Amino acid sequence: MGRIGYFFLYICLGIVAVFQIFPIIWLFLFSLKDNREIFSGSPFALPTELRWDNYFKVWESGIGTYFWNSIWITGVAIILTILLASMATFAITRMQWKLNKLVLGLFMVGLMIPIHSAIIPLFSMFLDVNLIDNPWSIVITYTAYNLPITMMILLGFYYTLPREIEEAAIIDGCSVHRMFFRIILPMTMPVMSTTVIINMIYNWNEFVFVNTFISSDKFKTLTVGIQNFIGQYMTDWGAIGATLIISVLPIIIAFIFFSNKVVEGISASAVKG
Amino acid sequence: MGLNVMNKVMSNKWIIALYVLPALILIAILIFIPLLLTGYYGLMDWDGIGAMEFIGLENYITALQDLKFWESAWHSFLLAIFSTLSLILYLAISLILASKIKGADLLRKIYLIPMLLSSVAIAQLWIKVYNPSNGMLNHILMAIGIENPPAWLAEPSIVLYAIFIPILWQYAGFYILIYYAALKNIPESIIEAARIDGASPIQIAYRIKLPLIMGVVKVTVVLAIVGSLKYFDLIYVMTGGGPNGASEVMASYMYKLAFTSNDFGYGSAIGFLLLIITLIVTVIVRKVTATKEEIQY
Repeated sequence: MGRIGYFFLYICLGIVAVFQIFPIIWLFLFSLKDNREIFSGSPFALPTELRWDNYFKVWESGIGTYFWNSIWITGVAIILTILLASMATFAITRMQWKLNKLVLGLFMVGLMIPIHSAIIPLFSMFLDVNLIDNPWSIVITYTAYNLPITMMILLGFYYTLPREIEEAAIIDGCSVHRMFFRIILPMTMPVMSTTVIINMIYNWNEFVFVNTFISSDKFKTLTVGIQNFIGQYMTDWGAIGATLIISVLPIIIAFIFFSNKVVEGISASAVKG
Repeated sequence: MGLNVMNKVMSNKWIIALYVLPALILIAILIFIPLLLTGYYGLMDWDGIGAMEFIGLENYITALQDLKFWESAWHSFLLAIFSTLSLILYLAISLILASKIKGADLLRKIYLIPMLLSSVAIAQLWIKVYNPSNGMLNHILMAIGIENPPAWLAEPSIVLYAIFIPILWQYAGFYILIYYAALKNIPESIIEAARIDGASPIQIAYRIKLPLIMGVVKVTVVLAIVGSLKYFDLIYVMTGGGPNGASEVMASYMYKLAFTSNDFGYGSAIGFLLLIITLIVTVIVRKVTATKEEIQY
């Protein structure tokens, strides 16, 4: 292909890149402006003055609480999900029992179901056991719904572990628990880190469970929190922009540092469906 | 003797139960039982708090005659069509990206960024993009001389298309990532052989690359269609299904029935229909796209 041909291809790819990135840059720009500037000036103009106080203002008036809730709920659910998924995957792939394929199938069916079909009974179950408006309902729901995808990513790795490791450990008199926690689990570190990234993105961005099960402001996570918050600040674009940037920042930072892991995780999660 | 010990230890029922049951019980209670209960609640007249009254199939019959339900199903179906068609665009971009482009790795990561944002943030951002007087889109349109551009999210005839743009934006990086990886897996020798035989780049793309990644394309068709049937967050936040139901989809209709109108019985019936439709469509699409044999390189 000639140089002109390649030039044309680069232009095409460049346009796509601008389309993908520009709305986010525009958002960042107006998060640093005030309404007068946003409404009168060009939307693409740089802010005349960097109004970081938009950020301080929204952080102080509630976003901070939502942020910490998102952090701890995301974190605890990740730990629980990966621990339970690793244990189940270990037993299914490494231990010898008849129903292992059937049980694995049950987990994989979990990949297909639309969560909205389960949400009404979940709501009434949590109501019955007093877990409505309790952040633990969110933690266990995230754990359950992320188990299938996490196990799917772990599976391939567990299948390829050499038998000799287990044989050696057991002949040395090592218990199964010790073997799992001290030998197997550390060996799965690379694939576990992929599942951490995927779980982090899912949990951080989840909306409908929190919107349904949580009503108090003090327990809300960012997705639902910003939704209410933006209602209050309807007309203050700078505040809305700052709120949105704060809500997406942790994921963007994780992406900058671990972009290869994110790419790997998203590709691995694609096989579901 | 060693292997005997090994087999004995590794088939210890108690240990297996200890490792599998926590996860299994969790998905049984929080995924499978609720799914069955949805079908069961669908047989009830119930406001979510008071006593349930068994009314048989009445909710399901109502649903089949409910114009709003069919409208929302139609919208979900349209989104599934749009999503499937957009795969062609993603595929074209991936073909370009995988043809010895410098910086392809960086570009596909840039494309992926919207995929990482929450649907709520995406919805809020695009509400601003579409804002009739101060949004980015209408600013651009007025700058190039278009007078009176529409209020995108308030027009029943265009709202669904307007909603599809952020969906296109959100998932572009995801599908490009998958296609790009598949294209990079094609052995260079095959492409080289075709080139020596005098095939043009277009011919190579169409006759060689495309057939070789057909398996992956089929998987993405399933993902796009099934994913579309489950759309909720973005639409719920952007328009709430409005104006006047013009962007209502199955999941948002169900959610409103239960949690806004407190009609848990009817909402559950719709939720169960959503489950059944999703499963049927998944099976059909998989059947239609099933490959007889894996392509050998």
